[in-house]
Parts: sequence; C-alpha cells; structure tokens
Amino acid sequence: MRHHLILRVSTKLLAGAIMLFAFYVQFHGDYSPGGGFQAGVILAVAFVLYGLVYGLEAAQEVLPRRVVHRMMALGVLVYAGTGVVSLLSGYAYLDYNALNPGMPEKGQEAGILLVEGGVGITVAGVMISVYYAFAGRPPRISDEEW
Amino acid sequence: MSVSDGGQVLTLAGHLPILPVVVPFMAAPLVVVLGARRLAWPIAFAASLSALAVSVALLLQVLEGGGVSYHIGGWAPPLGIEYRIDAASALMLVLISGLSTTVLPFARRSLAHELEARRHMLFYAAWLLCVSGLMGMVASGDAFNIFVFLEISSLSTYALVASGAGRDRRALTAAYDYLIMGTIGATFFVIGIGFLYAATGTLNMAELAVIIGENGTDRTIQTAFAFIVVGMGLKVAVYPLHLWLPGAYTHAPSVVSAFLAGTATKAAVYVLLRFMFTVFRPEYLFEVRALEVIMLPLALVAMFAASVIAIFQRNLKRMLAYSSIAQIGYILLGIGFLSQTGLAAAVIHLFNHGITKAALFMGVGALLLRADTPFHDRIVGLGRRMPLTGFAMVIAGLSLIGVPGTAGFVSKWLLVQAALEKGWWPFALAVVGSSLLAVIYVWRMIEVLYLQEPEEGGRAEAPLSMLVPLWTVTAATVYFGLATGLTLGAAQSAAEGLMSGFIPVAGEGGGG
Amino acid sequence: MDWSYILGHMNYWLFTVMMMTGLYIVIARGNLVKKIVGLNIFQTAVFMFYISIGKVSGGTVPIFPTDMEIDPEVTYSNPLPHVLILTAIVVGIATTSLALALVVRIHEEYDTIEEDDILEIETRIAREENRAHGGAMGGRA
Repeated sequence: MRHHLILRVSTKLLAGAIMLFAFYVQFHGDYSPGGGFQAGVILAVAFVLYGLVYGLEAAQEVLPRRVVHRMMALGVLVYAGTGVVSLLSGYAYLDYNALNPGMPEKGQEAGILLVEGGVGITVAGVMISVYYAFAGRPPRISDEEW
Repeated sequence: MSVSDGGQVLTLAGHLPILPVVVPFMAAPLVVVLGARRLAWPIAFAASLSALAVSVALLLQVLEGGGVSYHIGGWAPPLGIEYRIDAASALMLVLISGLSTTVLPFARRSLAHELEARRHMLFYAAWLLCVSGLMGMVASGDAFNIFVFLEISSLSTYALVASGAGRDRRALTAAYDYLIMGTIGATFFVIGIGFLYAATGTLNMAELAVIIGENGTDRTIQTAFAFIVVGMGLKVAVYPLHLWLPGAYTHAPSVVSAFLAGTATKAAVYVLLRFMFTVFRPEYLFEVRALEVIMLPLALVAMFAASVIAIFQRNLKRMLAYSSIAQIGYILLGIGFLSQTGLAAAVIHLFNHGITKAALFMGVGALLLRADTPFHDRIVGLGRRMPLTGFAMVIAGLSLIGVPGTAGFVSKWLLVQAALEKGWWPFALAVVGSSLLAVIYVWRMIEVLYLQEPEEGGRAEAPLSMLVPLWTVTAATVYFGLATGLTLGAAQSAAEGLMSGFIPVAGEGGGG
Repeated sequence: MDWSYILGHMNYWLFTVMMMTGLYIVIARGNLVKKIVGLNIFQTAVFMFYISIGKVSGGTVPIFPTDMEIDPEVTYSNPLPHVLILTAIVVGIATTSLALALVVRIHEEYDTIEEDDILEIETRIAREENRAHGGAMGGRA
C-alpha cells in the first residue's frame, strides 16, 4: 500500500479543492455559467478520483452505496417537490414566484437555487453510482479482448 | 422577469393537467428514498390510482368544456412549456393510468414468481417513471418536452425489459436491441424537431401549427416531417421497423409485456398522430401523399405478414407479440384513410387493442405460475385446470379477432366503415381477411388450452389477486364492446379535434 | 450551387457526415460496445446541429445586464438550443450508461460481446427450444 505516494497525497489534496469548486459552480449557477449538471459531475469526480486511487472499498466507506442511491432519488424529489410547493400555494407547477410572493425576483432566485440543488444532488449521485456499478463488477474481460 | 405571467391563484382543479405526470414522477424517487421493500408496491399503486382518478376527471372536463391548457412555471407559451389536454390526450391518459392501475395488483404475485425479491423496489420505481414518461408524452404540448418524456419512458422500459434476465438471458439482448432501435428512433425525432425549430423558431406545437399553416411548407419542414415519422415509426413498431418488439415482449416479465403492449406503442402512435394532424395538418398530408404511398402499404403488410408469422409461433407470448404488430397495422390503416371515421377508428382501436392485449398478456402471466414457460406444449389443457383464467383469455382472444359483442369488433367495424366510406372496398376485405388470420392463431391458443388433456390433473386456479385484475380488463373489453357510447364519443371528438388542429382553449386557463 | 452555397451550409455538411458515420458504425459493427460508440457519435452530430443553428452572427452571451437595461444595439445569441441540448446530452449519458450496463450483463451471461457469437448462441437456444417444444415452426424471426 505504499505505492504511488505522489498520487495518493495529491489526491487527498485535490479532492477537497474539487469539491469546493463544485460548490462554487453550483451556487453561482443562477447568474453565471454553471449549475447543477456541471457541479454534480465535478462533485462526483472527487469521489471517483478517490476511488481510483484508494480503491473502491475506501470510496464506499466514505459514501456507501445506499447513500448514493438515496441521493439520486432525493435530488429528483427536491426538484419535483419545489414544483409541488408552488402548486400547493396556488401557483402553476414550478412557478418560483410562489416561494416569495411579495418579491417575485427573490422567489425566482430561491426557486432556481432549489431546483439546481436538486439537479446537483441527483447528477452527483448518478455519476458516482455509475462508477460504483461498473467498478464493482468482477473484471472478467481480459486485456486482449479489448 | 416581466415575461412571467404568474401571480394568479389556482385551485386544485386548475392543476389537473399536470397532476397525472407529477404524481407518478414524485412517487418513483419516493420509493427509492424510503428504501423499504414493503412500501414500494403500496406507493406505486396509490400513485397510479390517483393518476387514474385525475385522468378521468380530466376526460370528463374535456368532453364537457373543450381543451385545457396549463403553463409550467407560469411562463406563457410559446416561451414556456405548455401542457394541452384535449379529448384524444385525455383518453390516452385514462388508458395509460387505467392499465397501470389494473396491472399493478396483478404484478404482486406475478413478480414474486418471475423476479428476485431484491429487485422489486427498483422495478416499481422504474415502472412509475415509465408511467410518468408516457403520461408526459401524451399531455405535453411542447415538441422538445415530448422528446424528454419519450426518453424517460423509454429508458425505464429498457430496464423493465432487461429485468426478465433472471428467467431468460435473452431478455438482455432484447433490451439491448430495443435500446439501440429506440435511441435511433428518438434521435431521429429530435432531428425532426430541430429542423422544425430551424424553420419556424418555436417548439410549441400549437404555434408550430399556426406558423406552418400560414407560411406553408418548404423543404426544411418536409425533411422534419420525414424524420419525425420515421423516428416515431420506430417507437410505434411500424412493420419494417418492428424488429425490437417480439424479443422485448417475449422475454420481459409478463406484467411488463401486459403494460407495454397496452401503452408504450400506443403513446407513440398518439405522438405520431399529434404531429401528423395537429402540427402538419391534413391538407399538408394530402399534399405530400406520404400516407397513401407509405402508410397504407406498410399497414397492409403488417396486418398480413405479422399475422402469418404469429400463426407459426410455438411460444404464446411471442405469438401475442407478433399479433401486436399486426394490430398496429390496423391503427395505421385507420390513419392512412385520412378521414374522420378512419381516425376515429384508429383512436378507438388504440384503446380497445390496449385493453385486449393487456388482458391476454396478463392471462399468460397467470399461466406462467403453473407452467414454467409459455410454450404451447407446456400449457396444454391448462384452460381446464385454470377455468377462470382460460375463459378470460378466450374472451380477450375473441376481442382480438373482432367478434361482435367485444371491444375489438367496434374498432374493426369502424375501420371497415371508413374504408367503405372512401369506396376503398379492397381495404375492407383486407381487414376481414386479416381477422381470419387472427381466428387461426387465437384458435390455436384455445386448442392448446382446452382441447387436450392436461399433463397433470387437478384444479390449479390462479390466485385472486391475479384473477381480479385479469377479469377487470376482460370485463372492460366486453363492456366497451356493448356500451360503445363513451369510447366512441371520445374517439369521435378526438378525431374531430385532430382533424381540425388544436381546439381553441376555453379561457386560456391553467397557469395564465 | 456554387462555393458560397456549399461553404455557407458547412454545419449541415458536417452534421450529415458525422451523423451518417455514427449510424454506419451502429449498423456495420458487430461489437456491442462499438455500436454504442456509434450511437454516441450519431447523437453528438445532432447536438452539434442544434448548437450551430443557435448561433447568431455577431451575437454575444445572452445574459441580461443586472439593471435589466437592455441595449437594443446588442444582438444576443439564441440560448434555447443550448438548453435543449444540455437536456439531450444528459439523456444521452443516461442511454450510454444503461447500454454499457446491459453490455456488462450480456458479457456475464453470454461470455462474449460480439453480435455474431451472441446470435449463434441464441439460434442454438431457439433450435433446442423448438426440439423440446415440438416442431420446427417459428424460428428467431
């Protein structure tokens, strides 16, 4: 386990920075390029990188499979739930004005942040889960076959 | 932003158009988040049932007061996404949610037999996503939104089909084939929408219809039309593009076959109808003569070739799958007549064949409880051991042929009428001829089920939880065969709506 | 049909070539993974087509100034195709990962991902089924 010392150390350093960058992209998505899709993928990259360097088990210790599965569904629930909230308060589905009837601009901002948050959670969950699903399979394809 | 037209307080009744899509869409992740295997089925059933209730309310509302429009996020069309419900779409919503609601109780026992228990939770989540996607395809009035919902339903369908792999590994290759074909079809559809957007600058279907109607067509729009028809044709399984269908229906779990046969291809037919008649208008179709030279021959080939192939099948499920392709031929024939009666026949056959085929596949699912495979030699005499299941399948089989008193008769009668109205009597004969082929394969089923001694004696009826859904749908085929008022009325006004483009929406309700 | 016509429709030419390349790979290759690669190229061609029709000559980023004072002199690019394609890309990713997952499962069950070999195995299964369940009627069709 002492191989690739540089890789292991730089991964530890990078993972935090990657996650921070993901949150930057996430929360600036409402008024500059960015948003949930990109942020979710970047966040997932941190975990995938960790998994690649330290092994799948180590990554799954940090973020177990069932948490990732719940994340995928939770994001969709946040997204659709935002719509339901506006629906229940008498506005059209996903009409963000409902979130702050007094000040529609604030409502729109809150709405897009919530929805993008949902997107981010789901995308991160899906990307990590795709990685887990493929990496977790026993490798039966030999190198020559590729 | 000033473009938003929100601020108006809506009652729950105003939200009806969005609810059939949102309820299953919310329920799917809820099943996964809760993660409890015991809760999955009750949630799925409750969501499906409430979607059905909303759809019925919508249908009644639409039949009474005309179309309904709903603006997502309070953004008025053509900028925002609009949901538009008229008679045709409301009827489809009822069909999809109704079938899902009746098939789900059946699924409990059938899945316990056909699928490992640990996959049940994800199965129901995929099921709900599929329902939500199909509902969205039907409800949406925005061309690109239809693509998104098409892909939601398709992707979950691939997973549902592949879940049959525990019993037969060919489910995997069937799902793979379906995925490749389905993705090509969906991508063709997107190309078509892209050309439409390039030519008109809008994605709202009502607006598209207006612009095409005013400015006429050019080569871009004709190309768009071709791409959309071929793309949707793949999803519909129009005869030469049907290759994915037999494998998918044969190897998927029986409940999936029952649900898909009744809804997935039908929703695609609906989208095809919407584009052909609402966006491109019948006058345009006359102009390009695409229907006469392409649709009609393909419909005829499907009616005969697929029926003949069905006769020679030894596997009951595969036989029913080929029969589905033949029945899609009838629907295309109705569309190809390009008359109001023909369209009404197509719409009503969508509905009638949906419930008929669902009943038959459910019957197969019940038989599978007692026999391990749906091969004819394994189910001999099972009609005697399972009298109620067998009898339901016989009735559904009669409806497949089109015997008077069953739902299948109504649609075929209307189809023949449409042919005679045009003076195209050879087509009327073709419908009768193809029905005779159906007699042969349905008779083969009856022969296998009843006329031979079962391998082992004793009554082995299917459990009540399977018999009730099976008989509900079977009773529906008889009911809609005798009391034709509701379906015929809805189909007529759907055909009227399709032929005349979008019905102007009363009061522009919904979010605006 | 002159040079300016051909060059002026450059995006369509590229789109067509790329799309046909992808479709050809899907049809002609027997390897299931290569088919998925072809499908991806095919889809990407469509994405490029959408993006290219969203381009407005001289258009700038379609973000309104914060004071909402929109200068009528400024032309904005059309953002809608990008939004649509963002969705379509996500759909494409979902399709790809589902397809790859199916391929992994197929490899586990069939021990091959070559279409010909799979077809051979399936034909053998169908033949055995026909023998077991009576008659040679109905093949794989």
